[in-house]
Amino acid sequence: MEKNSSLGGLRVSRRSVLAGGAAVAGLMAAPSVLRAAETLKVGVYGGYFKDSFDKHIFPDFTKATGIAVESVAEPTGDAWLVQLEQAARANQAPADVSMIAQVGMLKGINAKLWTALDLAKLPNAAAVLPHLLNKYPDGKVAGVGAVSWYITLVSNTKAIPEAPTSWAALWDEKRKDQLGLMALVSNSFLLEVTAATFFGGTKHLDTEAGQLDCFKKLSELRKNVKLWYRDEAQFEAALKAGEVPMGEYYHDVTGLAVADGHPVRSTFPKEGGITDSGSWAVSRASKKSEQAHVFINYMCQPSIQALLSRKVGTAPTIDRKKTDLTDAEFAGVSSDIAPIIPRYDLYLSKADWLNQKWTELIVG
Amino acid sequence: MRQPPRRAADYGPIAFPAVMLLLFFAVPFGLMIAVSFFQRIEGGFYEPAFVWSNYARFLSVFFGRVLSFSMMLAAGVAVVSVALAFPFTYLLTRLRRRTQVLWLVFLLSVLSLSEVIIGFAWATLLSANAGISNLLVMVGLLDAPTSLSPSLGAVLTGIVYQAFPYTVLVLYPALSRLDPTLTEAARTLGASPLNSFFTVVVPALRNTIVATLIMVFVFALGCYLLPQLLGRPQHWTLSVLITDQALFQANMPFAAAMAVFLVLVSLGLVGLSLLVGKKENAA
Repeated sequence: MEKNSSLGGLRVSRRSVLAGGAAVAGLMAAPSVLRAAETLKVGVYGGYFKDSFDKHIFPDFTKATGIAVESVAEPTGDAWLVQLEQAARANQAPADVSMIAQVGMLKGINAKLWTALDLAKLPNAAAVLPHLLNKYPDGKVAGVGAVSWYITLVSNTKAIPEAPTSWAALWDEKRKDQLGLMALVSNSFLLEVTAATFFGGTKHLDTEAGQLDCFKKLSELRKNVKLWYRDEAQFEAALKAGEVPMGEYYHDVTGLAVADGHPVRSTFPKEGGITDSGSWAVSRASKKSEQAHVFINYMCQPSIQALLSRKVGTAPTIDRKKTDLTDAEFAGVSSDIAPIIPRYDLYLSKADWLNQKWTELIVG
Repeated sequence: MRQPPRRAADYGPIAFPAVMLLLFFAVPFGLMIAVSFFQRIEGGFYEPAFVWSNYARFLSVFFGRVLSFSMMLAAGVAVVSVALAFPFTYLLTRLRRRTQVLWLVFLLSVLSLSEVIIGFAWATLLSANAGISNLLVMVGLLDAPTSLSPSLGAVLTGIVYQAFPYTVLVLYPALSRLDPTLTEAARTLGASPLNSFFTVVVPALRNTIVATLIMVFVFALGCYLLPQLLGRPQHWTLSVLITDQALFQANMPFAAAMAVFLVLVSLGLVGLSLLVGKKENAA
């Protein structure tokens, strides 16, 4: 049932894509332009993510729709957003569609970086969980949930035989000079972790006094941190080797390291893992809006969401009951413990203040 | 005898490099200065304006400390690199031509390594699991392997490693042109090789040494990756914070203001050291 309706949607959009392509070809009267117009540039996080998409997702998409995909490796953090915005000012689009994390998504909305999406051309997006649809203040859709992921408490099983159960393990005196944490306030989400672990929840961050409480508690953590990382590969290598035996990291990638036989584990602490998600968004400088809609619609199908969970290790952005994921498969990418939801609003309204406090905290 | 240029056409040969310099250095630098006065929009990007707030934010004890650490680190790198590279290059120029070429090719190939590879390689070399401390344990100098990174020493080592080939390449022409009869004269008058090196070679090339120190200093000031990979947050240079602002906070105006400040301070320091050198030479 699901599949049929999605195929129907595809057929309609595909026809309009062909029409659009023909119009371009007619204008330019050059067949090579038609082919170029059919190539959609899709930005996904470089490294393991991009490799998995290149292998498991894009070839099937091209087969199903006739639209060729050129994948572009994008950096994490706001770096890609900055590049997209700078390029859009020059009317260039380094990628037509990009996977963007939530803070970046909201910043892009403020800068009107994203093309408004037409839900009529995205029938499958109706299944996407409502909080994973990003909207402009006027209600237009700016982004559609692509994948969800968790940041959890990870540790090296050789160096730390007993699995930790709470984020409070980071503050343990035994962990002196042993932790690896993310270096930026807006990607480590440690303020939220502190609030959830010691102050009863992220609501404590509503006020400046509450934020300062969390900064104060975090400053106790400093002596335990060996590595404040921006580069994920650096932490991953150090974690596998036991050089930095504990820290915060992505649940999906840690799962892959476990599967490869490395002595590491990912724990959902009792306060919850940190959930974050990436959305598909289209740069306003892109001229491939039609193809981008086809792509986003394709990615929202339950079968593709399940495939992503199995092959990339991400959590689905649609209700899991719509997918054919087994309980074991779902447990591998998610958890029943209620997650810590980042306070994205703070990273917009108080971005510079938080960044300054944070830098002063860790640089000391 | 070559005549000094008289007509506009005589300046022809330098027109091309001058235009290139203008196009690819002066214009981008001008744009950066312009952006440093733009208005930051929190939670967004920036819009054209003329405000001083980006510079005002920089003028704080915190950034003053980061700036002075960056300067000290760059100065340390310059001194260590020149102290290592000067005797090395001197000995190199005494070798057979073929051997010299081999060494220079090897040093040039080091330059082809990316900063990322250098950073990861040193992180591994200085780690407790696979690092050189294991060798020290084997020969009995250490009781147990320890991790030497992240630390100030690791940052310094990494940047010196990266700067060393440049230093040699800058020193090489001057040292290879040095008249060998100078040291021969010193030797015939009874100076030991070490003595003649310090009393003849080093003073004869004082200006070259100062110029090289300045070049390595400026080179090290721009390092932003190695301090992140090999250092703790207190070893992050101003360049690291500039990268943070530009790439991760999307705060181009503040990043530009910090970069302009860094350029001005380093230009000032270079000018000062040249001035001091001139006075000493005149005296």
